[in-house]
Amino acid sequence: MCTMITHQAKIEGRGKSGEDWFEVREANVSYDHPYDLPLEHALNIDFVNEAQGPGARIAVELSIDAARKLVQTIEAVLAQAEKQGVAEDRLQTAHS
Amino acid sequence: MYQTNQYEGMIAETITMQGYKGDTINAYSARPLGAGPFPGMVLIHHAPGWDEWYRECTRKFAHNGYVTISPNLYFRDGHGTAEDVGAKVRAAGGVPDDQVLGDLDGANKLLRSLPYVSGKVGVFGTCSGGRHGFLAACKNKNYDALVECWGGNVVQKPEELTPKRPVAPIDYTKDLPCPMIGIFGNDDKSPAPDQVNRHEEELKKHGKNYVFHRYDGAGHGFFYYDRPAYRQEQAVDGWKKVLAFLEKNLK
Repeated sequence: MCTMITHQAKIEGRGKSGEDWFEVREANVSYDHPYDLPLEHALNIDFVNEAQGPGARIAVELSIDAARKLVQTIEAVLAQAEKQGVAEDRLQTAHS
Repeated sequence: MYQTNQYEGMIAETITMQGYKGDTINAYSARPLGAGPFPGMVLIHHAPGWDEWYRECTRKFAHNGYVTISPNLYFRDGHGTAEDVGAKVRAAGGVPDDQVLGDLDGANKLLRSLPYVSGKVGVFGTCSGGRHGFLAACKNKNYDALVECWGGNVVQKPEELTPKRPVAPIDYTKDLPCPMIGIFGNDDKSPAPDQVNRHEEELKKHGKNYVFHRYDGAGHGFFYYDRPAYRQEQAVDGWKKVLAFLEKNLK
C-alpha cells in the first residue's frame, strides 16, 4: 500500500531526459511504491519541473542501502569541495 | 455448458463522465456487446496510477459479463504517462478522499443510468483503490458488492490522518451495506496481517456479510503480473474467488 511518506525540496538545477536538458525546480523524495525497482517500497527521487507538467521528470528508485550511500557520497563530495575552496552556491547566468 | 460457437464481443473505450462536484473527467469503460441486462462494476485504480493493468482489468470484467467503468482519479493532475502522473500525485500525498468518493459516485450513477445495466453494481479496488472501495461502499451506500484487494490504511492511527484522508475507513465499518470479499497476502507490510485482523474483527463486531481470503507466500499486489510481486497460484485462486463472489451477489 502507498505509504504517502513524501517530502519536497525546492531546488535549482538541470536534468537530462532523453536528448534534452531541462530546468529542475523540485525534488520529490518519497518512500513508497517504486515503478520499476523490484521492491514493494523504495526511496524514490523525482527531479521535476512542476510548471512544465508531469512529463518533466527524471526518476530514480533506490533501495534504502543505496539511498544512504548516495547521501553519504554527496555529503563527502560537498565537504571536499568546501575544504578545497571551490564550492559555489550561485548559478552563473548570462546576466551575472 | 460453454458453447464454443457462441458469439462473444465487447466494446472498450475511453469515455467522459461527471465526477466530484460535477467535474468532467475521463474513464475507461468496457462492456459485453448485447442488450443485457448486465451488472455493473466500478474499478478503482491503485496509487501508482490509471495504468495498463487497470485497462486490462476493465476488459477482464467485461469478458466476465460486467459493464465496467474505471474512472481516471488523477484526471485533474494533467496529461502524461501513468507513471509520470502517478509520481506527481505520489509527491502530493495522494488525492483527497472526498474527491475520489465523488468520482466513484459519478461512475456508479452513470452505470445505473445505462439501459443495458441490470441495476446491480459492484466495486473493485486494489491497494489504495481497495481502501477507496471500502470507503465508497460504506459512505456512498450505492453498491451491491465490494471487492477489496489488499486495501492498505483501512486501519489508520490518529497521527496518520491528514486533511486529504481525515477519517480511518475502519471507523465506517458499521455503515457497510453490502456483502464484501477481501483478498490479502500474508507477507504484505501494508496491510500487515495484524491490520487485516483488526479489519476483520470490526466487520465481525458489526455482524457484516464478509469473507476474507488470506494467502501464504504472497505479499502486496500479488495479482499484478507485471510486477515481481505476482504470485501465479495465489492470483489464479484469488480471481476465482472474486468472480464467484460477484456471480453470487450481482447476477
